[in-house]
Amino acid sequence: MNVTINGNPCRLPEGATVAHAVEVLTSAVAGVAVALNDEVVRRGAWDSTPLGENDRVEVLTAVQGG
Amino acid sequence: MTSVTEPRTADEKRDAGPADDALALGGETFASRLIMGTGGAPSLEVLDEALAASGTEITTVAMRRLDPSARGSVLDVLRARGVKVLPNTAGCYTAGEAVLTARLAREALGTPWVKLEVISDERTLLPDPIETFDAAERLVADGFVVLPYIGDDPALARRLEQAGCAAVMPLGSPIGSGLGIRNPHNIELIVEAAGVPVILDAGIGTASDAALAMELGCDAVLLASAVTRARRPGLMAAAMKHAVTAGRMARLAGRIPRRRYAEASSPAIAAGAHE
Repeated sequence: MNVTINGNPCRLPEGATVAHAVEVLTSAVAGVAVALNDEVVRRGAWDSTPLGENDRVEVLTAVQGG
Repeated sequence: MTSVTEPRTADEKRDAGPADDALALGGETFASRLIMGTGGAPSLEVLDEALAASGTEITTVAMRRLDPSARGSVLDVLRARGVKVLPNTAGCYTAGEAVLTARLAREALGTPWVKLEVISDERTLLPDPIETFDAAERLVADGFVVLPYIGDDPALARRLEQAGCAAVMPLGSPIGSGLGIRNPHNIELIVEAAGVPVILDAGIGTASDAALAMELGCDAVLLASAVTRARRPGLMAAAMKHAVTAGRMARLAGRIPRRRYAEASSPAIAAGAHE
């Protein structure tokens, strides 16, 4: 299926979850948060939240700024 | 003029503070009244040196898309220093963006605290009061400890306090401008009316600006660029630490009134004069 991860198009296998999308970017989960189509997905729900066609996944972390 | 027999204003009661003059903010207390930003530091090593020299106990960070190629983490630096992490919503232009960013920060960092920052345009980075107020109401309702960055507007500050914000953070001048406090009168008006801490945020250029903020009655100062973009960040951080302390002490001590003419500080008539 086609999804967008942090603005970049990405192909993931059918049945992929939010956890799989995060793994595309990083293996670290500390200090990371995910929004699926502008809604926060709690870390405990990453494995059980399936992705759908054209979903937008945002994976954020803290950086210098402000 | 205030005498000791007059009822004390809320401002004076707050200024009297606990015996150790800790900053009470969001249900916690802090010995340092200098809150640091992290923007503009040329490296994490320089940032770390500046944070150590500043004595800060609260430091703000932005939330951005994870970059797999990024080296090191600002969070590791803050945690090694034992500094409280204050996520901000820098870069947001709408209430909706800011609310989502705050919720992501809460999830990523495990804190309900947020420095709410909703800017109106890229050129001035001035805060948008309408979007800021909208976001503040939604975040307070969602259980956040909301510290909103605002213009030096006493009316908006009062409305945000009434909406349940834990502090108000008026600017001295635009972010990164180093223009200092352009409207000290408005900052004083905000301080006079506020029942929550007032944190001067943005525009500090050098140590005297930070001291002035505290002399005007602000409870704390937040700054980044003045330190991180200084020629010697660590030295400027130390200067800011002392400036905030000096300004706070001067505020508590009570400055003398300004006069148009001299007032002799030695006895009026010298021996043998006027004979």
